[in-house]
Amino acid sequence: MTMVTNPTNCAAAEGAIQLLPGVHWVGALDPGLRSFDIILKTANGTTYNSYVVRGSAGVAVIDTVKENFSDTFFRRLESVADYGEITAIVLNHLEPDHSGALPELLRRAPQAKLYISSRGQPMLKGLLHGDRLAYVPTQTGTTVDLGDRTLRFLQTPYLHWPDTQCTYIEEDGVLFSGDVFGCHFCDQRLFNDAVGDFRFSFEYYYAHIMRPFRSHVLEALDLIAPLPLKLIAPAHGPILREAPQRYVARYRELSASGLKNEAADEKTLLIFYLSAYGSTRAMAEALAAGAEDASGVRVSLYDIEGGEVAPFVDLIEEADGLAFGSPTINGDAVKPVWDLLSSLTAVNVRGKVGAAFGSYGWSGEAVQMVEDRLRGLKLRVPVKGVRARLIPTVEELGECRALGRELALHLTGRQESTVIDMAALA
Amino acid sequence: MPKANVTFQDVGVTVTVPAGTRLIEVSEKVGAGITYGCREGECCTCLTKIISGDENLAAPSVLEAQVLKDNLAPSHHRLACQAQVLGGEVVVKPA
Repeated sequence: MTMVTNPTNCAAAEGAIQLLPGVHWVGALDPGLRSFDIILKTANGTTYNSYVVRGSAGVAVIDTVKENFSDTFFRRLESVADYGEITAIVLNHLEPDHSGALPELLRRAPQAKLYISSRGQPMLKGLLHGDRLAYVPTQTGTTVDLGDRTLRFLQTPYLHWPDTQCTYIEEDGVLFSGDVFGCHFCDQRLFNDAVGDFRFSFEYYYAHIMRPFRSHVLEALDLIAPLPLKLIAPAHGPILREAPQRYVARYRELSASGLKNEAADEKTLLIFYLSAYGSTRAMAEALAAGAEDASGVRVSLYDIEGGEVAPFVDLIEEADGLAFGSPTINGDAVKPVWDLLSSLTAVNVRGKVGAAFGSYGWSGEAVQMVEDRLRGLKLRVPVKGVRARLIPTVEELGECRALGRELALHLTGRQESTVIDMAALA
Repeated sequence: MPKANVTFQDVGVTVTVPAGTRLIEVSEKVGAGITYGCREGECCTCLTKIISGDENLAAPSVLEAQVLKDNLAPSHHRLACQAQVLGGEVVVKPA
């Protein structure tokens, strides 16, 4: 039955690759892929890693592959297990690159129980559309008995979807980590001590997939770090058998602040602006002065025209409050503001305080549009923005100062309690 | 029409609302920290802690109850896009 191939030649072979006796890789290589999910470049392609765990009382399949790689997956799987032996199918994450072969696997192994996170039900429904929705919801500590091997689940929500989890073989110290500790790097040598240099891919993957959820990463590391780890088997990229704890430690480093923040104990307000004739800049400076007057907030002012997006994003990730000043040109905020605002999905800005302001000639739509975008990014926008036609008046600059002061009070929890009627909010 | 008072504790704002108002109709307008995703009761982004006045909210629908369960929401938590205020005083804050 068993047709285990040489790990140094897996791309050419169709059999499974042994990780440990009774634990095999049955995934697929996709070396030609050059972009993944639209948002990621993949210079080295990727792998879709699936695994089979054999115990004395059952066989588990951990994750599947992208649908168009199903034939390869099933061939490798058949080299180490019969479908009738499979007792458990585990999906650590339900995105289509891992669940593509699931419907067919469920058809071939109808007796197997499906184990997914309790948060995965809406995704399962979206994938299978009622074909077969029976599953066992898992929580941290849920176990599956395979006889001489035990699978234990760790819930790692938002790494990088709500449903993501890891699966651990207690007896072997093997962690099937899903997308965590993964990367898009295809190398037929498969193991981290044999493949080419994939450090860039590992860090790039973290930066684009895990970084927006770094507080959740830290929570997950608290579950993972204490585990005895002999090997980490992620769902993409090299299998980490050489010093797996090093990758756990690197995740902790990457999830910490990138720059030393000297204002760490103070609330921070960043004011970004663009200005064609100096009007929006004057408003930005008035806003900054108002926030400074309120004290307790470290205020920074940036002209977007003179900066690059990436370092601004780094600053924004660390900030408590953000104000964006844009003139209105042709009924819209200006492109550099949108470029910055469209780059914030790479970091977590949820719950930060936001505001908008800007000058205009005819109609002044930019402020409202930026406020709507900030709400869309899940910032809170507690104070209505300020608009000024052409050159701001003394009164309008006073409104900007008041806006800055109000933002500072909100950032420091000193805003006054108010009672208002809903009709006044319209 | 019966009125109710909803207090968004994180921003210190109390809003007098007509009975039947959903939290989503008010929270963004006062700049409260409750944030939204799908706005249709599916994604659980707007999970909100009910500090007091649970009894003054309409009972969760079957859909909301399922989403709360699937997302392991603690007790006294609701979806702000679904929860309707019926009367009295309700105090909330982001979960």
